[in-house]
Amino acid sequence: MRLYALAIYLFLYIPIGIIALFSFNAGRHASQFTGFSVQWYGKTLANPFVMEALKTSLTVAFLSATLATVAGTMAALALPSLKGRMRLFFDAALYVAVMVPGIVIGIATLIALVTVFDWVNPLLASLWPGAEPPQLGLGLGSLVLAHGLFAMALVVIIVRARVAGMDRSLIEASADLGATPWGTFRQVTLPQIAPAVLAGFLLSFTFSFDDFIIAFFVAGPNTTLPIYVFSSIRRGVTPEINAIGTMVMAVSLILLIIAQGMLQRRRA
Amino acid sequence: MRQGTRNALLLLPAGAWLLAMLVLPLVVVLVFSFGSRGAAGGYVPGFGLENYLNLGSRWQAFQNTMTLAPLGTLICLIVAYPLAYYLAMRAPRRWKTLLLVLVIVPFWTSILIRSYAWIYLLGGQGIPSWLHAVGLGNPRLINTPFAVVIGIVYGYLPLMVFPVYVSLERLDKRLLEAASDLGAPPWRSFLQITLPMSMPGVATGSMLVFILLMGEFLIPALLGGGKVFFVGNALVDLFLQSRNWPFGAAVAVSLVAVMLAIVAAYMRFTRRFAGSRDDVSLI
Repeated sequence: MRLYALAIYLFLYIPIGIIALFSFNAGRHASQFTGFSVQWYGKTLANPFVMEALKTSLTVAFLSATLATVAGTMAALALPSLKGRMRLFFDAALYVAVMVPGIVIGIATLIALVTVFDWVNPLLASLWPGAEPPQLGLGLGSLVLAHGLFAMALVVIIVRARVAGMDRSLIEASADLGATPWGTFRQVTLPQIAPAVLAGFLLSFTFSFDDFIIAFFVAGPNTTLPIYVFSSIRRGVTPEINAIGTMVMAVSLILLIIAQGMLQRRRA
Repeated sequence: MRQGTRNALLLLPAGAWLLAMLVLPLVVVLVFSFGSRGAAGGYVPGFGLENYLNLGSRWQAFQNTMTLAPLGTLICLIVAYPLAYYLAMRAPRRWKTLLLVLVIVPFWTSILIRSYAWIYLLGGQGIPSWLHAVGLGNPRLINTPFAVVIGIVYGYLPLMVFPVYVSLERLDKRLLEAASDLGAPPWRSFLQITLPMSMPGVATGSMLVFILLMGEFLIPALLGGGKVFFVGNALVDLFLQSRNWPFGAAVAVSLVAVMLAIVAAYMRFTRRFAGSRDDVSLI
């Protein structure tokens, strides 16, 4: 039994480990480890395409996680007291947002936005007073909104669980003692839900940073890091991808450990 | 401010976001799927079923998905169950949290990088060359259904382990003691108590894995090399390469319809285990 568990853990971690190991390979060869070197990291970080893609990924992850955390936390606070048809709409929509595969979300967002832009852009051009009207198109904005959708559903689920476990008598006591609703939120509610909110933010960030399929459809002219890696893989296995992969996994791992710590503290 | 007004304001951003980026796009896909393709690859409004009648031309993709997704789910379950059992029943208390976290961590790291790792291992310079070195021939592994199934098990194992673990963990251990006091051999109490009691977890895990697999693109794209393609790969082709959006929309709608049918079947199944459906947290 224990041996079986060990075998599964090896199965889970050896492939990742090999990527990490070969990212430190001195040679170019994919099957022989010829010595320790960090040259591929240096080359990767000096590659302007990689750095541009990294910048896009970080920007999108940060913006989508921030917006998702704010909107998701607000919704999670209001949802428990919501009743009737609106409650049904939110529950169903959040469920669908989590369950529908990323590829369908990507496609749907792509054709909906392109259709809306085709309709809005001529209108904008006819109304614009200047010579060069702005052209709406796929880009950072569509990436942020599409990634943020799933992330927001995630934040609602995490924060709502915390709100449900909150001691409501503290909120009532605070109101009885004359605190304004905002004061109660800042001094009573927020400290209680803060770990869940932060965990939601970090998981949203990780999701956006790692997502390939939604970005593939809605990125427009932009390249995120996963899109860059995907197109590089088509040209073969290289030490550079190993280095990028190792860094990406390290980032997710660190964020995950912090998120996990936050949720553990919540339970304590 | 009245509580109702405050709630409405709190829900406004989330509601607007869900309407604009989820409900509207899904409605647009549905509308597109009844239209037809314009001359330059655009969309011509209309109401016809020709896109749906044409689904047969992508039959191979549906067939691959509907064979490899259940097969992958089944293998995931077979591999995951003993591990979940070990974690719930046998693992030392002190190590349990760490061992659980170690199962979940890969799930939250990039599936792209993890699938790439298997290109490395199954490719010409990986496992085949090691097998060759010890005289076991030089089998072709990458770009086969086998490679896709390996990728699936590797990618989705954590998602299966967790729900099964939760249902086993909640099992009242006194039942097992009672069974053994009454003289039942271990295999019998496993078959008559543990296995039936873990069914809700098995159902939840299988459904999660199966649903996600049906929309999978990356694993077949990277490990199937264009030979073993899923509906997801057909969708990418229809939307980004051959640009037949109305037909692609019909394929996407059909995919979601099949998924909804499966979720409905799952709901029916779990209702039989009334009150035992667990919302599983993956974090």
